[in-house]
Amino acid sequence: MRIGVFVCQCGTNIAGTVDTQEVARRAGNLPDVAYATSYMYTCSEPGQQEIQRAIREKNLQGVVVAACSPRMHEPTFRRAVERAGLNRFMFEMANIREHVSWINNDREANTRKAAELVEMAVAKLRFNQPLFSSQISVNKRVMVIGGGVAGIQAALDCSDGGLDVVLVERKSSIGGKMAQLDKTFPTVDCSSCILGPKMVDVVQKDNITLHAASEVESISGYVGNFTVEVRKKATYVDWTACTGCGACIEKCPSRKVPDVFNENLANARAINIPFPQAIPKKATINRDYCLHFTKGKCGTCQKVCPTGAVNYEMQDEIVTEQVGAIIVATGYDLFDASVYGEYGGGRYADVISGIQYERILSASGPFGGHIKRPSDGKEPKDIVFIACVGSRDASVGRPYCSGVCCMYIAKQAILTRDHLPDTRVWVFYMDIRAPGKNYDEFVRRAQEEYGVQYIRGRVGKVYPKGDRMVVQGNDTLLGVQVEVEADLVVLATGIEASAGARELAEKLRISYDQYGFYMESHPKLRPVETNTAGVYLAGVCQGPKDIPSSVAMGSAAAAKVQALFSRDTIETNPQVALVNERVCISCGKCIQVCPFGAIQWKELRGGIRKAEVLPSVCQGCGLCNATCPPKAIQLQHATDNQILAEVNALCA
Amino acid sequence: MSGSNSVPVTEQGMKIVGFLCNWCSYGGADTAGVCRFKQPTDLRIIRIPCTGRMDPLFAAKSLIYGADGVLVSGCHPRDCHYAVGNLYARRRLEVLKHFLPFMGIDPRRFHYTWVSASEGQLWQRVVTDFSEQIHQLGPNPGIGAESEIFEKLGN
Repeated sequence: MRIGVFVCQCGTNIAGTVDTQEVARRAGNLPDVAYATSYMYTCSEPGQQEIQRAIREKNLQGVVVAACSPRMHEPTFRRAVERAGLNRFMFEMANIREHVSWINNDREANTRKAAELVEMAVAKLRFNQPLFSSQISVNKRVMVIGGGVAGIQAALDCSDGGLDVVLVERKSSIGGKMAQLDKTFPTVDCSSCILGPKMVDVVQKDNITLHAASEVESISGYVGNFTVEVRKKATYVDWTACTGCGACIEKCPSRKVPDVFNENLANARAINIPFPQAIPKKATINRDYCLHFTKGKCGTCQKVCPTGAVNYEMQDEIVTEQVGAIIVATGYDLFDASVYGEYGGGRYADVISGIQYERILSASGPFGGHIKRPSDGKEPKDIVFIACVGSRDASVGRPYCSGVCCMYIAKQAILTRDHLPDTRVWVFYMDIRAPGKNYDEFVRRAQEEYGVQYIRGRVGKVYPKGDRMVVQGNDTLLGVQVEVEADLVVLATGIEASAGARELAEKLRISYDQYGFYMESHPKLRPVETNTAGVYLAGVCQGPKDIPSSVAMGSAAAAKVQALFSRDTIETNPQVALVNERVCISCGKCIQVCPFGAIQWKELRGGIRKAEVLPSVCQGCGLCNATCPPKAIQLQHATDNQILAEVNALCA
Repeated sequence: MSGSNSVPVTEQGMKIVGFLCNWCSYGGADTAGVCRFKQPTDLRIIRIPCTGRMDPLFAAKSLIYGADGVLVSGCHPRDCHYAVGNLYARRRLEVLKHFLPFMGIDPRRFHYTWVSASEGQLWQRVVTDFSEQIHQLGPNPGIGAESEIFEKLGN
């Protein structure tokens, strides 16, 4: 092989502490190196032209560039050598900036280290093989998992772009948490008035298939060609017949069913439609409370249903959907306030969570939008909000900021003063986090225009006194203990990962952080991609965020899917594992360890089975390579020979 | 340029081979460089896609060939780019660590750890501490030469 070595000076970034001329000179003595030089800025246009000129003039078959990190410029140089007619995998980089010149000033030691790194790169390159991408076709349908505002936005944007969309929602209606909200900050516009039309759009679009009351059962395949099994849970009502008239709900004798949509502040019936604007507006029977299922002796809903939609025999149904991309928008859950025993959440009726207060404020809520306290229905005269309940507290495993609580407290405080101008409102807070557009102004309005009393400090204890609650805390700005008597205490519960987020991540083969939020591909530059090609993120499943950010992320994910689908085929990454069938001993260990299900059995003549890699599924981790006992499976571009060549060049 | 055995250690420094996963620790080493966190010059880094790619043989061969130390670093457990690669690595490398004395190699010449792409400072400390440890152990006398370790461990 004829190899060219280009040692970059990077101005003085490298040349300042590395003798690049000497590194090039020593490289010239290495086996197979036909040309070695040092250049001021190798990544610049003339620098790349210099490489291309040398490839042509010196008839080079491989190139080593000793410069910055390959994480920085490997793609740049690969393109450069490709333009000169080389395969882009006949290229190696030695990192002599981040790993050499920037971390030590000893010129002699640095020069020696740089020369050795070049020697290792040359040794590896001598084992490199040209690799070629293949093309796989793309199924231009997209699945959106989760029908909250982020998922709805993603589904509508994809639909507007002419794509077929499959929207899967766990609950019986789409809308997510936003449907439960009364108003939204900082504009105080009605949540269901801005979300409702979008929800209606979802059912009116011909190219959106909605599976509500459904969950993802299993996912197989790869980018462009996923197969997803969706479990449509038995609702005991035939939704094709149900008109949503509500006659069954009116007559249902089981009346003490916790109303989950109203955060258990009211009772629902065993057959129910969660809220008036539900999409789809179809009834569902709750088996745990239905007298037909629990006692076996009621059948009222079946009798009264004018369309005969009730079917007690209904079973779960598995639907198989073929899609080319998946957008995950599974949202979040709220922190369980009862973890803080000292606040009395879940113990005292008048200590409620922020979302419960949201339902109280809502005109479609349990009290018709009149602010009453749950215990006795009295109008509260004094209300205390406690911020950061389950946020920014490492002691409960939630060291992160939920990002929305400061704002929803301000909104709820303003709404409270609007509804009941004589009610006094206190807020105990740690810091005010209001970094959005018009957010800080909004909090100031709460403080200045609406006279909400903000007290900076943590609450130590909440306890009952007569029919009121006493909130004991400290004011760290005044340095005093404070006690506030209140009729109602609202705990601003923080955001946590959705129940089942981890299990879904395993099915999707995407990673999640220690709190269960899904990991994006790059925290800054690839915020909606995951490390599994063809799977994108939107909304709070990736981390706490407010409605505008969730919507933006939904649109961003949709744009990514549109970009993916704008071509009929996708190029695969050729750095994948490859089986040498003659060496394979059919032990199947590679199939067991592969995290992506990319290896399967291949039947040969005579019933012999050998492992076979699906190149479009393989992500190139090399776990199989390290596992394979006879080393029959080799990760291309990082084969045993290539890695050992580097070891050998350095140590032998 | 090879042949650490022929040149006095004081001039040549030690020969430490680093196997770093592309996604976390290689990025962490880059971050340390970008932040100009000063480090000893003994380490030579080989980039691998994932610590799951790390065949214990790579470390063993390095030490057999005469490397003075081997350092492996990947993503923190539960934070693997490929979901589980580092969990396999952890088991394999832990076994290797226990196996080295039986080859007559001081297990202190081998270390594995987890450094994320943002932990430049941690990387600086990992490299500094491990290089210091190898300098204290001195040059690798060759396979079997440290067999007194085996005897010590063999009760």
